[in-house]
Amino acid sequence: MSVLVNKDSKVVVQGFTGSEGTFHASQMIEYGTNVVGGVTPGKGGSQHLNLPVYNTVEEAVANTNANVSVIFVPPAFAADAIMEAAEAGVKTIITITEGIPTADMVKVKHYLTGKEARLVGPNCPGVITPGEAKVGIMPGFIHQKGNIGVVSRSGTLTYEAVDQLTKLGLGQSTCIGIGGDPIIGTTTQEAVELLMNDPDTDGIIMIGEIGGSMETDAARWIKEYGSKPVVGFIAGQTAPKGRRMGHAGAIIGGKEDTAAAKMEVMRACGLHVVESPADIGATMKAALE
Amino acid sequence: MNIHEYQGKELLKSFGVSIQEGIIAETPEQAVEAAKELHQKTGTGWWVVKAQIHAGGRGKGGGVKLAKSLEEVQELSSRIIGMNLVTHQTGPEGKFVRKVLVAQDVYYPGGSSIREFYMSVLLNRQTGRNIIMYSTEGGMDIEEVAEKTPHLIFKEEVDPGTGLLSFQARKIAFKLGLSGKSYKEMVKFVTALYRAYESTDASLFEINPVLKTSDDYILAVDAKVNLDDNALFRHADYAVLRDLNEEEPAETEASAHNLNFVKLDGNVGCMVNGAGLAMATMDIIKLSGGDPANFLDVGGGANAQTVEAGLKIILSDNNVKAILINIFGGIVRCDRVAQGVVEAYKKIGEVSIPVIVRLQGTNAEGGKKIIDESGLKVYSAITLKEASELVQRLVS
Repeated sequence: MSVLVNKDSKVVVQGFTGSEGTFHASQMIEYGTNVVGGVTPGKGGSQHLNLPVYNTVEEAVANTNANVSVIFVPPAFAADAIMEAAEAGVKTIITITEGIPTADMVKVKHYLTGKEARLVGPNCPGVITPGEAKVGIMPGFIHQKGNIGVVSRSGTLTYEAVDQLTKLGLGQSTCIGIGGDPIIGTTTQEAVELLMNDPDTDGIIMIGEIGGSMETDAARWIKEYGSKPVVGFIAGQTAPKGRRMGHAGAIIGGKEDTAAAKMEVMRACGLHVVESPADIGATMKAALE
Repeated sequence: MNIHEYQGKELLKSFGVSIQEGIIAETPEQAVEAAKELHQKTGTGWWVVKAQIHAGGRGKGGGVKLAKSLEEVQELSSRIIGMNLVTHQTGPEGKFVRKVLVAQDVYYPGGSSIREFYMSVLLNRQTGRNIIMYSTEGGMDIEEVAEKTPHLIFKEEVDPGTGLLSFQARKIAFKLGLSGKSYKEMVKFVTALYRAYESTDASLFEINPVLKTSDDYILAVDAKVNLDDNALFRHADYAVLRDLNEEEPAETEASAHNLNFVKLDGNVGCMVNGAGLAMATMDIIKLSGGDPANFLDVGGGANAQTVEAGLKIILSDNNVKAILINIFGGIVRCDRVAQGVVEAYKKIGEVSIPVIVRLQGTNAEGGKKIIDESGLKVYSAITLKEASELVQRLVS
C-alpha cells in the first residue's frame, strides 16, 4: 500500500512547459513516476518531454484519466490552477508553488469544501512513495522503499530526516510534505491519519514548525486513536516572537505557537519528541524495537 | 510588510473607515504647522503628538503625549523627534524616532460617555477564514484581556463565499453595547474596516482603541496594519509604504539579494538552504552551547554569489564568533556548493572566525573533500551530529 500516490497514479503537471515544471517533470519521469501529460494554457496540442500538452485540466483528464495533479504555476495564478484541477475531477492536487497570497488560499479552501479533491500544499516539496511515484521536487535518491511514513511542513528538513532513516536501514512508505503556508490543504493531523490507517506504515515521523496549532491538534488525535509509534520534532525552539522565519506560516503569535508549547503537548500525548533534529532517525529505530 | 500608524490610517480612510485625523511631521516646526492646519480642519484645540515607529507600547514608553497649546506641540515634538523610544516591543536598545503624527484630540467632553473598544481583523488558521475579533476592553494590552477576562473577547468569522454579512456587523455593534447613533456608526465602521482588509490584502488589522466619542462617532485612534508580502505584486502603489529605517540594515541588505534573513543576538551565525532546516540549525546551535546570531535561508540555489552575500551579512555582526553553513544538497550538488563556499571565502579575503561547512546529500563526500583540501580555515562535516559537535568545540 502507501498513501496519496503510488505506481498506478496518473500524474498531470500544471505549469508543464515553464522552467520549474520542465525540470521537475523530467526528474519525476526519470524516477519512474507515471506522468501522463501536462497543462499550459495556449500550448494545447503540442508535445513537451514527449508527452501531450493540454490547454485545460479538463481536457487532460478526459484524454489521460489523470487522477493526480502537481502544480508549478507561478504564485499569482496558482490558486486558479488548484481550483481548475478540483473542478476537472482530479482527486489529489499537490501544489509546490511558494508565495500564494493568503487571501487566494482563503478562497481555495472555501472552494474545495465539500469537493472530493484533496489538496496537498502549497509551498511544499510534494509527496513521494519510494520506488513507485515521486510527485514533487524532493531528491529521489535519498529515499528507500519501506515502512516509515513522514509528515512535514518543511522541505530540506524532511530530506534530512529521510536521509537519516535510509542510512539506518529504515525505508519509507510515503513522505508527505504538507507545506509551510498559513493555509494548506492537508493538515498534519489528516496526513498522520492517512499513514496511521495505512497497513504498510509501521511508524510515523511528524515534523512541525512554530506557528499555528496543527501539531498539537495531531498530537491529541494520536493520543486518542494512534496505534503506531510517532517521533515528533518542532523546528524553531530558538525563534523569536512575532518574526516570520522564512515560511509564511512560521511565526509565533501567541503562547501556543511556540516550539516548547507544542513539544510539551506532543510529549503528554505519548509522542517520542526529539529536541535535536540529528536524533530523528535513531529515535524512530529505538521506538520500533 | 509592516507600515506606520499614519500610513495605516490613511489606507483605512481611503476605504471609508473613520479615523482620528492627523498630519505627519518630521520637525517641530512642521508639527506646529500641522497642529494649526488640524485646528482649522477639525476645530481641535488640543493635539496628540505620537511617535511613529514600527512597535507597540509607544504610550507607555513616553512616545505619545497630549499637547494643550501650540507651544506644547513644539516642545513635545522636539522632545519626541530624535528620541530613542524603548517599549516592550522594541527591545532594550529602543527605536530612533524620525517622525511624529500630530493628531486631533478626540477625547473631548460631550453629551455621552467616551468608550474605548478593541478590534482586529486576522486569519483564523484553523478554519482558513478571516475573523473579526473585538472586545469592550479597548485601550489596553489585548493579551492581558485574553488572560484575565477572556469572556470579554468576541469573534465573528467571515464566510469567504458571502463576505461580511450585515447581521454580523449589527451583532458586533450590539455586543459592544451600543445603541442609537453610535450603533449605526459602528455598523458602518466595521463594514468599511472589513472591506479595507480584503481590498488591501492585509494580514492583520489591529485597531486599539476604537473610540466612541462623546458625540457618538466611532473612530480608529490607532492602526496597526500588516500587509501580506505575498500579495504585494497586486499593489504596486504600496511599495512606497516600506520604511527602510524601520528595518535592520542587515535584513534590508539580505532582501536585496533575495535572502531570507532575520537578525538575532547570539554568537553563532548560520546559513542554511530551506526555512525548516534553518530553524532546526538554530536549534542545534543552541543545543550545542551556542546562541544563534541569525536565521538565514538561502533558498534552493546555494551558489557562490548567494554564499558570498550571506557570509558578508553574517560577518558584519561583531558578536558572531563562528559560522555554521548547513546545506542539504538535493537537486543542488554538494561539490558545487563546496566550490561556491571556497570561492566566496577567498573573495571575501580575511575571515577571522571559524567556519563550519556541513554538506549532506548529493555528492556529499566530494563536497567534503573540496573543503578539506582548500587550505582554508574551514571545518567540514557530513552529519548533523558532527556539525553540532564542532559548534560545541568552537564556542566553548
